[in-house]
Amino acid sequence: MKRLLILGAGTGGTIMANKMRKELSREEWKITLVDKEKTHYYQPGFLFIPFGYYKKEDVIKPKQNFMPAGVEIIYHNIEKIEAGENKILLENGEVITYDILIIATGTRINPEETPGLQGELWHKKIFDFYTVEGALALSNFFKSWEGGELVINVADNPIKCPVAPLEFAFFADAFFTERGMRDKVSITFVTPLSGAFTKPRASKLLGGLLEEKNINLVTDYFLGEVDNDKQVITDFGGREIKFDCLVSIPLHSGAEVIEKSGLGDDFGFVPADKHTLQSKAHENIFVIGDAGNFPTSKAGSVVHFMADILHENLMCYIEGRQFTGKYDGHSNCFIETGHGKGALIDFNYDTEPLPGFYPLPGIGPLGLLKQSRLNHYGKLFFRWIYWHILLRGKEMPIDTEMTMAGKKLD
Amino acid sequence: MATKTYAGETVNVNEEGYFTEPSQWNKEIAKEIAKEEGIDLNDQHFQVLEMLREKNEAGENLSIRGINKSGVVDVKTFYQLFPGAPLKKATKIAGIPKPASCV
Repeated sequence: MKRLLILGAGTGGTIMANKMRKELSREEWKITLVDKEKTHYYQPGFLFIPFGYYKKEDVIKPKQNFMPAGVEIIYHNIEKIEAGENKILLENGEVITYDILIIATGTRINPEETPGLQGELWHKKIFDFYTVEGALALSNFFKSWEGGELVINVADNPIKCPVAPLEFAFFADAFFTERGMRDKVSITFVTPLSGAFTKPRASKLLGGLLEEKNINLVTDYFLGEVDNDKQVITDFGGREIKFDCLVSIPLHSGAEVIEKSGLGDDFGFVPADKHTLQSKAHENIFVIGDAGNFPTSKAGSVVHFMADILHENLMCYIEGRQFTGKYDGHSNCFIETGHGKGALIDFNYDTEPLPGFYPLPGIGPLGLLKQSRLNHYGKLFFRWIYWHILLRGKEMPIDTEMTMAGKKLD
Repeated sequence: MATKTYAGETVNVNEEGYFTEPSQWNKEIAKEIAKEEGIDLNDQHFQVLEMLREKNEAGENLSIRGINKSGVVDVKTFYQLFPGAPLKKATKIAGIPKPASCV
């Protein structure tokens, strides 16, 4: 009996378990998933919590709900991956061997890496919204906040879901406007990038929205430290920005076990081929999603598109064929812009987000790179799709590879 | 594709002046680009430039945070060596593409 071992039962691990259980014979292949937590978090929902649009119950479900029959799931911390010996060690001393390993251990925030960030004001006046605890603490804070300097800061890239901080800024503008206190809140968006976003056309649209919504933009800012007494953040070049409420997107890194096992780069992300998704160091190890060092967004939509490719390439590997699956960097995401509207972007390694229609050229119904109500409803409806279709590895009516049909170049 | 001439050599650059072919780079060229940026290169500068070129060659994503982990300089020194926007300046002088922060 052979074993396919999957580390991490988040979006990537869960989808792969579902897909591969359908594919692989139960007599030949055992599928085992290991994760330390029993709860599955709908991470795109965290953004909605600080503003009271979602509650905790809206973003959590038991992981078990999404496991197909015939998949073994072990809830335990992983002590170490011994890739040379095709085995992992659990914290309780148990050893699990594998024939093929999928690393889907995701990414985590490291507020402790920035001096002062996790100081006495942490979750009192300094918040993250990349954990459910941070998002809930911020929700409580906003309930009674009387206004002041709201500073939204991305410490450095890469971060998970690169548009989320911007969406947060748009939501904050809408939220305080609806509460009739927008004049009491100054919003400043502070980013290490040279503009609102990385890619030119999207940066232009999103930068324009910041201006329209009276949100200040500070660019090329790499967070150095946080002074809790003075309530000031300082970048490495010495630029200071005062805050009354700091919403921080801290530095990100891969899972601790990756670092401990010597499988990661400087930040604990696993080097892997950006097209085949195979680990660069070990041929029977594959990587999906945030855990890898892929030059694309760390985001669920990436994982979803990667899953189809990984499925194909795992079968190539098992059957001793050349890899035929080639991930093109395809990603798309809804961007909430506040007041019941949203935008949608669709792009890959080589093509930046362009205006047009999605998924059907000329028809849509979703407009690319522009605001509409339908895009907002698309994002809300996506939560249902996530729980009911995506995690279970079922087919979605959109292409895995990005297409230029429906997109407009200037 | 645009070209520029540094130290008597013609090199290919993109619209922002970043090299598109790192192999066309040499130390004399670096000194001239640095001058445009108002920087007089010393040995420590060159250590940083070499490190950036090696990381680029290895396909690593360059970031300010990675500088700290490189062991060559800490971020504060990096800012002193290339004032203002150090990563952008240093990559330009090192003759490698502008760091593409992941989307």
